[in-house]
Amino acid sequence: MAELRMVVCCKQTLDPEAPPASFKIDPSGNRMTLPSDIKPVIGQYDEFALEAALRLKDSGGGTITVLSLGNKLVRDVIKKSLAVGADELVLLEDPSFEDSDSWSTAYALSLAARKLEGFDVIFCGRQSSDMDSGQVGLGLAELLGLPVVTLARKVERIDGGLKIEQVIPDGYQVVEVPTPAVVTVTSELGNLRYAVLKGIMAAAKKQPIIWTPSDLGVDSTEVGAAGRKLDIQRMYQPVKEARCEIIDGESSAEAGANLATRLREAKVI
Amino acid sequence: MEDKTGVLVYGELAGTKLAGTTCELLECGRRLAADLGQRLACVLVGEVSDTAAAEAAARGAATVYVASIPQECAFDGDVHVAAAAAAVATAEPGIVLLGHTPLGREIGPRLAFRLGAAVSTDCIDLRIDPDSGKLIMTKPVYGGNALLDSVAQTAPQLATVRAKAMPTGEPTAENTPNVVHLSFEMPTTRLTITDRVQEEVEGVKLEDAPIVVSGGRGVGGPEPFTTILQDLAAVLHGAVGASRPACDNGWAPEAMHIGLTGKIVAPDIYIAVAISGASQHMSGCAGSKTIIAINKDAEANIFREAAYGVVGRYEDVVPAFTARLRELLAD
Repeated sequence: MAELRMVVCCKQTLDPEAPPASFKIDPSGNRMTLPSDIKPVIGQYDEFALEAALRLKDSGGGTITVLSLGNKLVRDVIKKSLAVGADELVLLEDPSFEDSDSWSTAYALSLAARKLEGFDVIFCGRQSSDMDSGQVGLGLAELLGLPVVTLARKVERIDGGLKIEQVIPDGYQVVEVPTPAVVTVTSELGNLRYAVLKGIMAAAKKQPIIWTPSDLGVDSTEVGAAGRKLDIQRMYQPVKEARCEIIDGESSAEAGANLATRLREAKVI
Repeated sequence: MEDKTGVLVYGELAGTKLAGTTCELLECGRRLAADLGQRLACVLVGEVSDTAAAEAAARGAATVYVASIPQECAFDGDVHVAAAAAAVATAEPGIVLLGHTPLGREIGPRLAFRLGAAVSTDCIDLRIDPDSGKLIMTKPVYGGNALLDSVAQTAPQLATVRAKAMPTGEPTAENTPNVVHLSFEMPTTRLTITDRVQEEVEGVKLEDAPIVVSGGRGVGGPEPFTTILQDLAAVLHGAVGASRPACDNGWAPEAMHIGLTGKIVAPDIYIAVAISGASQHMSGCAGSKTIIAINKDAEANIFREAAYGVVGRYEDVVPAFTARLRELLAD
């Protein structure tokens, strides 16, 4: 079998593991911020997608191109993909890519995939770690006319395609799909490996390839904010009234017993 | 595009009946259609029984579109997208609603991209803007740390709706459904399903349990899920769930995962044991009537979500809680 050519889409996002209270909406009312000392990350689901590609490369060889779209992407965040074993990093990076929605993101990525030519599989995370929309992988498949398998927890290469364990409610199913195809990956696949020193050193020497809208053959009105089909009206954080009644006791065990008594009094149980 | 009117619900089947999420969608669709002064329709795809079509009509669908597909295609997304696209082409709706279910999560975005339209996924509220007549779609973002209201520039306006986020509604008197059979070209098969494995869940089904006891990262291992937590659940005739870290660590099976990417539950009582209360977890249980938290960290976010709480080691708190409950419930 010829070498597998893999593309992995990785989005730089705010760190979803940051403490909930640290998420603040900026005064414009449509952009989320975190304190500046909390670095952005590659979306957690995109990391699982990258791990899926790395495992295929481990077992049968192949090449991995990481695609990332945005503006002013933080190099040491996004180059983590090279440090763990991706071969090439292509950034769709331009001010006009800012404030993309799922549509304009998938559209630009589909043009980039066409430009890459000859790929066998595009891996995406099941959803982004910021908007949680779960659209880009599916949109790519539709725009490129490719079959798609969602929620992969295991991916193997077979003759002419891929064999995928897809998560379904209370179980999984085994799906065979011919390549080229799009695969979205879920957390059950497992965490992205750590970078080793050798990989970090090699990544430091590699420069990402930068593509702007004109490299993709479109003008800036078709991408980013201008290419959106969904208008943001408002982003907001509902105020939660903390009204938890804390039940005490002489000991933790007594507090536990008192909790039962209190719930009975309150007719909760 | 302006002449597209009406609300179309992409229904799902549970055997011969409608799935619970579909009942929620129909109730939501009925409200939106009434606000717009337009009609509600429903499309059902699969081996559609007369019972299911009648139920859709009783829940407000003026027209029920039926796309019959053989059982072996029931899990083929390509077939469902083609059927949904055929229903949209026939009904020409202004709004299309799908469940944010395993099927709807795939079909919603694919249908949107195929139609050249926008979709907002995992919505928890939908309403009509009285000024513009457009659909305002509210969805949680940043793992539940914020809500986003958005409006589509394109038609039809598509949304997938989170399970248990909206009321189910009541069917009205039996209507004879106005059934329209859709004909559409079956797409060439691209995916082959070679095996399908589903775990049989013993006892109360997690999604339907009136009481859920859930364990998180803080329980520290697999054993408490079958001992301390199971004992508490047994006394209350409830089911045991888990947070994502607990599942990712292999302490509990994925079938027990409650959260943004797991199951959505809305029991009467949700007991969170050693769960920090990350937004991603709360996305799966925020609809619970009463949340009770047991955590050794007094600063844990879960205490901002709970109505009752105990600060302490769960190994000490829970057995005593269970024992007292057993006494109280025996009286």
